[in-house]
Amino acid sequence: MELTGAEITIRCLQEEGAEYVFGYPGGAVLHIYDALFTQDQVKHILVRHEQAAVHAADGYARSTDKVGVALVTSGPGVTNAVTGIATAYMDSIPMVIISGQVPTYAIGEDAFQEVDTVGITRPCVKHNFLVKDVKEIASTIKKAFYLAKSGRPGPVLVDIPKDISCQKTDFSYPASVSIRSYHPAQHSDLEQIKNAVQLLLTAKRPMIYAGGGVILADASKQLTELVHLLGFPCTNTLMGLGGYPATDKQFVGMLGMHGTYEANMGMQYCDVLLAVGARFDDRVVGNVKHFSQEKRKVIHIDIDPSSISKRVKVDLPIVGDVAHVLNDLLAELRGSQEKPDQLAIAPWWAQIKEWRGKNSLVYKSSDEIIKPQFVIEKLYEVTQGDAFITSDVGQHQMWAAQYYKFDKPRRWINSGGLGTMGFGLPAAMGVQLAHPDAHVACVTGEGSIQMCIQELSTCKQFQLPLKIIMLNNRYLGMVRQWQQFFHGNRYAESYMDALPDFVKLAEAYGHVGMRIEKPSDVEPALKEAFERKQQLVFMDFITDQTENVFPMVQGGKGLSEVILAEDL
Amino acid sequence: MRHIISLLMENEAGALSRVSGLFSARGYNIESLTVAPTEDATLSRMTIVTSGSDEVIEQIYKQLNKLIEVVAVMDLSEGGHLERELMLVKVHAEGAMREEMKRMTDIFRGCIIDVSDKTYTIELTGTCQKLESFLQAIDRSLILETVRTGASGIGRGNRILKL
Repeated sequence: MELTGAEITIRCLQEEGAEYVFGYPGGAVLHIYDALFTQDQVKHILVRHEQAAVHAADGYARSTDKVGVALVTSGPGVTNAVTGIATAYMDSIPMVIISGQVPTYAIGEDAFQEVDTVGITRPCVKHNFLVKDVKEIASTIKKAFYLAKSGRPGPVLVDIPKDISCQKTDFSYPASVSIRSYHPAQHSDLEQIKNAVQLLLTAKRPMIYAGGGVILADASKQLTELVHLLGFPCTNTLMGLGGYPATDKQFVGMLGMHGTYEANMGMQYCDVLLAVGARFDDRVVGNVKHFSQEKRKVIHIDIDPSSISKRVKVDLPIVGDVAHVLNDLLAELRGSQEKPDQLAIAPWWAQIKEWRGKNSLVYKSSDEIIKPQFVIEKLYEVTQGDAFITSDVGQHQMWAAQYYKFDKPRRWINSGGLGTMGFGLPAAMGVQLAHPDAHVACVTGEGSIQMCIQELSTCKQFQLPLKIIMLNNRYLGMVRQWQQFFHGNRYAESYMDALPDFVKLAEAYGHVGMRIEKPSDVEPALKEAFERKQQLVFMDFITDQTENVFPMVQGGKGLSEVILAEDL
Repeated sequence: MRHIISLLMENEAGALSRVSGLFSARGYNIESLTVAPTEDATLSRMTIVTSGSDEVIEQIYKQLNKLIEVVAVMDLSEGGHLERELMLVKVHAEGAMREEMKRMTDIFRGCIIDVSDKTYTIELTGTCQKLESFLQAIDRSLILETVRTGASGIGRGNRILKL
């Protein structure tokens, strides 16, 4: 039977098992919306801004192991989506974005709502396509899903001109896909696995450093087994939180710019480092030269060869899917004659305990004023550590990462690579849709929340009972912190003047708003909010204005050159 | 160090911009870049002359391989290879200079492919270095126009970049 390009597009989404498509209609996608309208298998979530469509699809993807789907129109629809696409790209999130384009005959004529979508998105997608023949829609969408999910995941965009979406052709969805130029690594080189095990067993000061790759590969079980089997300390990157249980005694906390003292010192002074699905980015190892002045052997597991030896020279690269590689490592380790020698690494553990003794996450508590860290600690208690937490970007993001102890993967949803303010609320919508019965909280600030606050309207329409935990310090806190430390206390434009009444704002959107001003009210308010299972509760916590995030490794400094709260 | 990287890519619209975009986005050098279809019409062959430290070249190689439309990549400079570039130079050639230009063209094994009463157009093929030498050998003030294709490269003997 002949179908239109638009109908084919929707049939493809059905074939891929897409539950939700997050989008916003417009001229160039009218045919596709028409095709959506006549079926109910794929549910459309109407956002209020295209950036939010992509973030919501992103949150959906991060909290499941599925591909998120967004649908936007040409021109401004696409340019609004770019921030979302770049966010997903930096964090390697599998996503398919379908965009409308002006008709093929109008391309290049500066038509109404025309932009060079493939050109604009090229640097921030894994791949993109402009479909110029209706016969190619099905095979292109098949490829798009395959590319998005396989290898190192990422967003893939399919641009469909309006005339193509209304032309007709026979529909059949390809059963399989192969791309001759694309062969993502799967299994690792067994010789390298053997060498890695040998190296790990000789370590005196070992460290395991695991990132977002563990989450993306669903390899946290294997990682946990490996860490336990070896008896080594383990740290997570911001993207890796939940990949290893935070309450486990071998966990030394998050590392990096705002990592714990023990994680950063351990990273700096280890003699064998096993990096698992992590990319040594600037916020993690700080100054590369400072980091590399220590003699250590680095083993690096990553599915993307270009991540290896990009910033830090790797001695033993293992290219492959993290889950496969960890399985191989576990098998080799179990079969090995030699066993990990806990006595040999006992002095190292003693050293780590000494570093731990610094208690680097300690903060001054107060009965008068709400400390932001305290809110996160209470959030952790009230939700029993079992909520999905999304965050925006800034101080609140770091506090959430530091004080909410994630024991499970895919529970911590944040924009790590791009650092996109405005991510938290729409991402939480995607998470809540994927997990309708779960507690989903968005930890945000009064700066970030206003970047996508229009989505409160979407939450009302789709009855998403999110809990918005806003740490309101009336400052762009992280900017202010840097200005305090590095710009002589000159708080240029970091003050959020003329804030709205967030309680009334929440109410105006049809939600529940709460303002919490006293430390003693924090816990009762959180409890009440989470008891309102059917309602979105917007919690405006009036927090200490000048609280800073510690520890801190200043940009360009080495991991051991850390500033602790006690130093100031 | 100077490297010559050869690659095969899908002969599709936009493929070239993915490569050139990669170089500009990551701040890699491009000394020259040439591209044309091969005997297999679905494939284009590209030769990129670039320079950088070993680490940068390793990244360029990996990043190129990561592009979905890139089928195969080879760093020609890692082994025996040949490199040729075509140059067309239009020079002012009058009076005694006509004979001098002819002689220089012969020495460099080029040929004059267009003649007018005041100009010669000289075609020259060789390594980039040879073309440079020619430009240095003739009187610079006589050069009216220079067109260079950029280097094309191929491996020696059994070094073959093929699908």
